[in-house]
Amino acid sequence: MAFDYDQYMRPGKLPHIWCPGCAHGIVMKSIIRAIDREQLDKDNTVIVSGIGCASRMPGYVDFNTLHTTHGRALGFATGVKMAKPSMDVIVVSGDGDALAIGGNHFIHSCRRNINITLIVFNNNIYGMTGGQFSPTTPHGRLASTTPYGNPDYAFDVVDLAMGAGASYVARGTAYHTVPLTRLIADGIAHRGFSVIDALCTCPTTYGRRNKLGSATDMLLWFKGNTVGKKIVDKKPEKAEGKIITGVFRQDEKPEYCDEYAKIIEKVSD
Amino acid sequence: MSEKMVFYQGNEACAEGALYAGCNFFAGYPITPSTEVAEFLARRLPKQGGAFIQMEDEIAAMAAVIGASLTGAKSITATSGPGMSLKLENLGFACITEVPCVIVNVMRGGPSTGLPTGPSQSDVMQARWGTHGDHPAIALAPDSVQEIFTETVRAFNLAERLRTPVILLTDEIIGHMREKFTIPGEGEIEIWDRPRPTVPPEEYKPYDTSEGIIPPMADFGSGYRFHVTGLNHDETGFPTNIPSLVEPEERRLMAKVTENLDIIEKYEYMEKKGSKVGIVSFGSSARSTRSAIAMAGESGTSVDFLRLVTLWPFPSHVVNEMADKLDLIIVPEMNLGQMIEEVERSAGGKTEVIGVNRVDGEPITPDQILEKIREVS
Amino acid sequence: MAETARKEETVVAQYGERKIVIIPRYCKGCDICVKVCPAAVLDMKDFKACVVDIEACTECMLCEMSCPDFAIEVHQSGKKGKAK
Repeated sequence: MAFDYDQYMRPGKLPHIWCPGCAHGIVMKSIIRAIDREQLDKDNTVIVSGIGCASRMPGYVDFNTLHTTHGRALGFATGVKMAKPSMDVIVVSGDGDALAIGGNHFIHSCRRNINITLIVFNNNIYGMTGGQFSPTTPHGRLASTTPYGNPDYAFDVVDLAMGAGASYVARGTAYHTVPLTRLIADGIAHRGFSVIDALCTCPTTYGRRNKLGSATDMLLWFKGNTVGKKIVDKKPEKAEGKIITGVFRQDEKPEYCDEYAKIIEKVSD
Repeated sequence: MSEKMVFYQGNEACAEGALYAGCNFFAGYPITPSTEVAEFLARRLPKQGGAFIQMEDEIAAMAAVIGASLTGAKSITATSGPGMSLKLENLGFACITEVPCVIVNVMRGGPSTGLPTGPSQSDVMQARWGTHGDHPAIALAPDSVQEIFTETVRAFNLAERLRTPVILLTDEIIGHMREKFTIPGEGEIEIWDRPRPTVPPEEYKPYDTSEGIIPPMADFGSGYRFHVTGLNHDETGFPTNIPSLVEPEERRLMAKVTENLDIIEKYEYMEKKGSKVGIVSFGSSARSTRSAIAMAGESGTSVDFLRLVTLWPFPSHVVNEMADKLDLIIVPEMNLGQMIEEVERSAGGKTEVIGVNRVDGEPITPDQILEKIREVS
Repeated sequence: MAETARKEETVVAQYGERKIVIIPRYCKGCDICVKVCPAAVLDMKDFKACVVDIEACTECMLCEMSCPDFAIEVHQSGKKGKAK
């Protein structure tokens, strides 16, 4: 039986705005399947986004949805969660939205360990605005604002989340949809700040400018150029030249709203 | 809870007023001279099951305030000039998404870092037009600790009734000074809540104007699922760029204020027979004005006094009337001339308008104002 | 499912209980489903995905999961390949 996406979709919104071959739709479907696995209540779920292609995702799905200002989704999400801690809060954000303008909120949400799940749609570019480089565009790549090659070096989203203290950190790809669904679902289930670096593609701006082939070529590239963390843990040499996917951290750590609830209990009139 | 007389700092009275209005959420960031508002609410909110959070920056604080309000919370943030500048983008978001919230700006010397511990009234125009785009603005300017309390309550009420952010403009003088005031008993001041939907969730549209220009607002998590976006949107909340839908939306946002002046406008107009000179002022400058007018009266000069409580929307019609009667209107403000532009515009060239300005971090004194009155009388 | 909930025009290929449903209005011709399919079931025709060999389908679901546009659904029979 096909997965019934319709129960989680707002009617009449398809076809969506993303380009032919853009992997965002694949990641969105993974998120929907993850929400289904966790059996979240639609009325009790909030999806928050900032600005960019990834941030258009919430409009398509049938939850409480909040499309905010560039980079600030985590701030809005924190207000929602603190005011109604019983709600399930998911944030979707692009690499530019989450790590450039949103960088401060990214690291503090990790540090705070508030029970929100962040999925970074990481396609190494600012797609919506026509292909400017982002904090995850690799050195040397062409973008509309690095026409001679990017002099800059990229963040590793996983390293950043780990360093900032997130208690659940994982990376998946839009090619590996089955593990990606599980990583997102486990992130939602995790009681703390969860970061999933979801590698995806922008064939239209990043792909064409850097001659990375078709949309399918870019998606299939993940197949040959990534390696699972469980393999690398046993055979470190397998990581050579590859991007590592899997779960990097899954720790039980005091969650922010729980800590605040203890304060309320202690001082309540 | 019966009424209680206390001796508080202005910032504390603001926080107390917020609690009286039903505030259950604060997000903010420390900035002199507003920090006491945060500190007071950090102590009080958890005691009544509310939530307080100091965010990583002013921008995140404004975002959190809006997010909380969408779940039904009555939320507030407090800052000063530099923080207000940071909050402006998200303030615009609250305008277009019509999310009730209160923003307190305890004004200090600017621009930029300016005078962190020195008062000013130099964020008047910022309160009206700081954030980009066309949007209405409501800004209230109390002039005493008691009035900070009551105007904070009124700020919440207006925000809820009109589904719009409301700015409370105080300054370092009245924010930090201590006066005795009365916390009213429970129920003495009416508390307004946002209009909530009367239709079932399947029929709900978050920006439905079929019953009036203020759409009913559901809470996230209450069974009503809807989309909120800062893009121009139609009544369903989803983005649109269709001209015939965008323009009415923009105009309706303005109309929420222009068609509700009766509940928004507030001023004290003290008119005397035979006055030839009048003064328009607000906030701490109004305190000095009061003394100056009293002193002028003692020596036989009567001066009319328009004390603005609601700064925005500006009560042009009152100043227009004053301009018919008076030869001169004086506008003392701790800035280099911001409110005076509204006074001039409203006077329509019918009378002379001059300012008394001070931007050195010291209050305008009654003597300064009296000197100007004497100069022209 | 597309036929019922979304009321979109569909192209249905059937083999026993197995159904592959394509919604042409959603399909943007990206070719991902064609390339990820391990059994050469699909092809592009006039920039739209189409089923060319439903009997070979192993019901692995890769096309449905990898389609970014909700344009293809695989209703499984529980059997693989030419098992009717």
